[in-house]
Amino acid sequence: MKNMLLQPSRPVGITGYGVYIPRYRLPAQEVSDAWTGGSAGLPILEKAVPGLDEDTTTISIEAARNALLRAGIAPTDLRAIWIGSESHPYAVKPTSTIVAEALGAAPMVQAGDWEFACKAGTEAIIAAVGLVGSEMADYALGIGADTAQGRPGDALEYTAGAGGAAIIIGPAHGALARFEGSLSYVTDTPDFWRRPRAEYPSHGMRFTGDPAYFHHIVTAGQMLLEAMDRRPDEYRYVVLHQPNVKFPTRAAKQLGFKPEQWETGLLVGRIGNTYSAASLVGLTAVLDVAEPGDRILVVSFGSGAGSDAISLEVTEHIHDRRLLAPATEDYIARRTAIDYATYLRYRGKLRMK
Amino acid sequence: MHIARNWRVKKQRYSLHGEICHHCGAKVFPPRDICPECAKPAYDPLQLSGQGEVYSHTTVYDAPAGFQHQAPYALALVRLEEGPMLTAQLTDVDPKEVHIGMPVEMVTRKLSVEGDEGLIQYGYKFRPRMMARAA
Ligand SMILES: [Zn+2]
Repeated sequence: MKNMLLQPSRPVGITGYGVYIPRYRLPAQEVSDAWTGGSAGLPILEKAVPGLDEDTTTISIEAARNALLRAGIAPTDLRAIWIGSESHPYAVKPTSTIVAEALGAAPMVQAGDWEFACKAGTEAIIAAVGLVGSEMADYALGIGADTAQGRPGDALEYTAGAGGAAIIIGPAHGALARFEGSLSYVTDTPDFWRRPRAEYPSHGMRFTGDPAYFHHIVTAGQMLLEAMDRRPDEYRYVVLHQPNVKFPTRAAKQLGFKPEQWETGLLVGRIGNTYSAASLVGLTAVLDVAEPGDRILVVSFGSGAGSDAISLEVTEHIHDRRLLAPATEDYIARRTAIDYATYLRYRGKLRMK
Repeated sequence: MHIARNWRVKKQRYSLHGEICHHCGAKVFPPRDICPECAKPAYDPLQLSGQGEVYSHTTVYDAPAGFQHQAPYALALVRLEEGPMLTAQLTDVDPKEVHIGMPVEMVTRKLSVEGDEGLIQYGYKFRPRMMARAA
C-alpha cells in the first residue's frame, strides 16, 4: 500500500502552545440528581462550564495569548489564524477575525473558521503544518475550542464541557516539539450531527461506539504507527479524543498502550469533553511535563466521522519556554463548583421572555 | 445601535491598546491623542501589559440594560502597572472576595449581547491574577 503519511518538505514543529479552561465545574452527580434521582452511573467526575461572559471567541483569545507567550514571536508574525469549533458564536461572521484583532495579528493574515465536529482543531493544525511546511509562511496558528451543549437530561449533558487549546506551528529549529508526520482517516458515518436551526445535537446511538469512535481512532493510530515503522513502546505519551473516560482508555489499550502512557493527557474526568479541544488540551498537559526526546502520539476524532493521528518529538526548547504561560493543571486547579441551577443560568437554558 | 462607535474602539477594547507620550513619557489609556500630563499631542501606540491592581471597587446589583443577566457583579477602578487608571468589570471572582490592592490581569470577554440577532460586544475585564509575576 502507498504510504499515506503527511510530511512537509520543510521540517516544522510546535513553536508555542497555550490552553484555556473556564473556572466553573459542574459535578456529574448534579446532573444525575436532577434527572435520575442520583441513580445514573457517572461517566466523569465533573466538567468545565464557561462563565456568563465566555464563549469560543474568548476561550480562543486566551489560549492563543498563552501560545504567543511561549512562542516568543510577535502577533504580526502569524500568517494564519484558523479556529476549529462546533460552537462558533455566530453562524455567519468569523470567530477568527475577532481573535486576530484581539491578538494584534490583523489585518494581513489568513483567517477562517473550521468545522468538523470534534476534529476541526487538529484539521486546522495540519493545514498550518502545510502552510509552514511549504514555506509560504513561517508561523501559523491552529486552535480547537468549544463550549459544548447537551440537551438537558441527555447523556451528553454529563460530559459536554468547555475549553480551548492553541498551537503555533513554525520551523522545526526553535520548535518545542518536532512534527514527525500525520495520517488522517475519514468516512461518512452518521454517529452525531446537528442541523442549522437545532439547538442541541442528535446522536445515532448504535453508531457512536464501535463504527465511529473506535474504528476511526484505532485505524488512524495503527496506520500511522505502521507508516512510521514504530511500536507503541517507542512513545512516552499517547493522547486520544476523550468524550468520556471509558472510550479513550479502551482505544489506547487496543492500540497497545499502557496506563502510564495515557494518564497524563487524559483529562476528561476532571474537565469534561471539550470537543474540538479535547485531544489538544490533553496534548498541552503532556507538553507541560514532557522531556526532550519524548515522543507523543495524538489522535483526534470528529463525528461524521474521522481521525487525525499526529506524531511529535519533544525538543530541548521545551524547558525554558513552557513556564512562560500558565500550565494546563493551573487552569484545572482554578476550580469553583456550581450546582445544577447555577449551571442552567450560566448556559442560558432559562428563557425569561 | 452603536455599531460604528464600537467598531472604532475595538483595538483599545479588545486588548488595552493605549498611547505613550513622546514628550513626557506618560502612558495613556484610553487613547486620546492629547497627553493628559503635558497637554501635548501623544500619538505613539503602546500595548499595555494588562497587569494591575484594584484601586477601589463596588458590587452592582441593579445593572443597566444589557447587563442585568450578569448581576450581581463587581465593578472596579483598576490601576494599571504602567500608571493609567480605568473602570472595568471584574470577572471569575466572587464580588465578596474583591479587595483593594488585589492583583488583577486583563482578559477579553463578552461585554454584552444584543438579543438573539444582534452583535456580540467583546472587551476587556479583569480577573484575579493567575500566575505569580517573574521578579
Ligand atoms: Zn506628555
